[in-house]
Amino acid sequence: MTETKNQAPAPAFLETYIREQRKKKDILLMTHIVMGYPSFEASFEIVRQMVDAGVDLMELQIPFSEPMADGPVILKANQAALDSGATVEKCFEFAQKVSDCFDIPFLFMTYGNILYKYGMDAFAARMSEIGVKGAIVPDFPPEEANDYLSAMNKHDMSAVFIFSPETSDQRMKMIDTHATGFIYCLARKGVTGKDTQFSSDMGSYLARCRKSTRLPTAVGFGVKEKADIDFLVGKADIAVVGSQTIREVEQKGVDATGPFIRSLIE
Amino acid sequence: MKHRGYYGPFGGAFLPEILVATFEELNAQFRQAKEDKHFWEEYETLMATYSCRPTPLTYAENLTRHFGGAKIYIKREDLNHTGAHKANNVMGQGLLVKRMGKKRVIAETGAGQHGVATATMAAKFGFDCTIYMGEVDVLRQRPNVFWMEQLGATVVPVTDGTRILKDAINEAFRDWVTNMDTTHYVLGTACGPHPFPEMVSWFQSIIGKEARVQIMKAEGRLPSKVFACVGGGSNAMGLFQGFMDDPVELVGVEAGGKGIASGRHASRLCSEDASFGIAQGYKTYFLQNSDGQMKETHSISAGLDYVGVSPILANMRDQGKARFEYATDTEVVDALKLTMRMEGIIPALESCHAFAGAFKEVANMSTDDIIIINQSGRGDKDIFTVADAIGDPKWKEFICSKAGEYRND
Repeated sequence: MTETKNQAPAPAFLETYIREQRKKKDILLMTHIVMGYPSFEASFEIVRQMVDAGVDLMELQIPFSEPMADGPVILKANQAALDSGATVEKCFEFAQKVSDCFDIPFLFMTYGNILYKYGMDAFAARMSEIGVKGAIVPDFPPEEANDYLSAMNKHDMSAVFIFSPETSDQRMKMIDTHATGFIYCLARKGVTGKDTQFSSDMGSYLARCRKSTRLPTAVGFGVKEKADIDFLVGKADIAVVGSQTIREVEQKGVDATGPFIRSLIE
Repeated sequence: MKHRGYYGPFGGAFLPEILVATFEELNAQFRQAKEDKHFWEEYETLMATYSCRPTPLTYAENLTRHFGGAKIYIKREDLNHTGAHKANNVMGQGLLVKRMGKKRVIAETGAGQHGVATATMAAKFGFDCTIYMGEVDVLRQRPNVFWMEQLGATVVPVTDGTRILKDAINEAFRDWVTNMDTTHYVLGTACGPHPFPEMVSWFQSIIGKEARVQIMKAEGRLPSKVFACVGGGSNAMGLFQGFMDDPVELVGVEAGGKGIASGRHASRLCSEDASFGIAQGYKTYFLQNSDGQMKETHSISAGLDYVGVSPILANMRDQGKARFEYATDTEVVDALKLTMRMEGIIPALESCHAFAGAFKEVANMSTDDIIIINQSGRGDKDIFTVADAIGDPKWKEFICSKAGEYRND
């Protein structure tokens, strides 16, 4: 880590892409799916509709049996995907297919053990080979991310790190020195998929986040409607919608994806 | 970059960012307490006056005669208040919670012993208390659920995943990431992110410290071997720490379930089925598939039915400082029956693994040898499971007539 400690890694593809897109839009939209939920076919159709509706980038979650940071909606999606036979290999194949078919950047979101078991370097190499641009691994804080960061940097993959409302200014600056692509700012405490108050408190927290990083910022956890995204304009570069799309699909079917995304950005 | 809480390659603190500040505070409080001589004195006084410490070391004369080998002593953690070693850790963490000024505690539980101990501590210290327990365990440990609720705790059955101990841990973490300002998570075993393995082991070290003094007083010499069952590993860490620098063989006994070959077991350290992994905030041997997905485990005892194991024990295994064996469900029930009949002692099914492991070796040892078995808990809670395993017709009759009474209410 010594080589990166005081010197930020060079901007990777992802950061450049986000800055370019931001010249065209006030705020970008990142969405999230759990690969293989409810099936890989459905996942593909969800991605297609999301891209078609104008999503700027996407998180593809590789399901894990112990998703500690996820709330009930994504937790159940993880389990259901695994129960219906989702494997890491099938997720790689799926990710390759969507990154071949659609012209937006895709990121992996998963837990550390998936990378650890695959082999950190082999995992990053495979990401590079299939055209995935980076990863978000919520249980790899920088202190435990030595091998992960070496592998990601070696293969020019963005390693997205997380700020939370509990993170001190000093720690935010430390995290910033390791992060590439963008910073994922948790809108609040808790797990994914619960309600969030988009208030002035959050405004000052997001200002603190912006001041502490050289990278673009994304805000997620509880973002579920257009008003939430409008609130974030001028305060962050990317709004992240996660659990809400899964809920929409569960309630209304796969074809509800496109109209839901359009309702967020039009 | 500084690493925290590593034991060889095991341990660490794989924390979601939201919990980092909470762990920094916990770590600072724990360091302070550990360096403060008065804290340990306060702890010992509490355990002497509220629990039953020091717990006795019982000479098992009849079992010794029965096997005709080493002299068998039993460390009686079952005589702790709430009936298991769990109280040692829980009361210690309770004192820390008081220092931190938090008002609510949460905990996971498998067998329910840790849940009952936490609910007891919360009642005594005036904390709100929520216990997460896998749905499968709620069913097999109903008496403990009853007591937790009577003690004022809210028991939340966890219906996700494999619905046992590991799933209860995940759910407790999910609560904690939302409520860490008011809440402390009383992790029940020597696992999880740093400083939990060290902290839980420290509180449990009271077992080994006492046992060493007691055996020296009784026999004037050290045991050749000490035996403890290993789920997460806290009672084993507790006993082992008393003999770490001695020429004493430390033997941990894992849950062999239906046998190692069946794949239905919870043996992480003595089977080939586990591999290095990272989950629940720490790195250790996990029972997982080649993708890194955790496997379903099995044991007759809810408390040993866990995919991971203490990083400290994992390192001791790899360094050859402790040996790990297993006992199957059947061997465990046999050991229970024998111990009840011979000594009038009812060990918990978890503890019976240590007894079964010891019984396999004791006859081949010399009569000059001494062993200590850690009876981590008492078996009353297992009445339903044991009655099923034994197939006692009178018990069945009783349950049926009791059910009839309730139905007519």
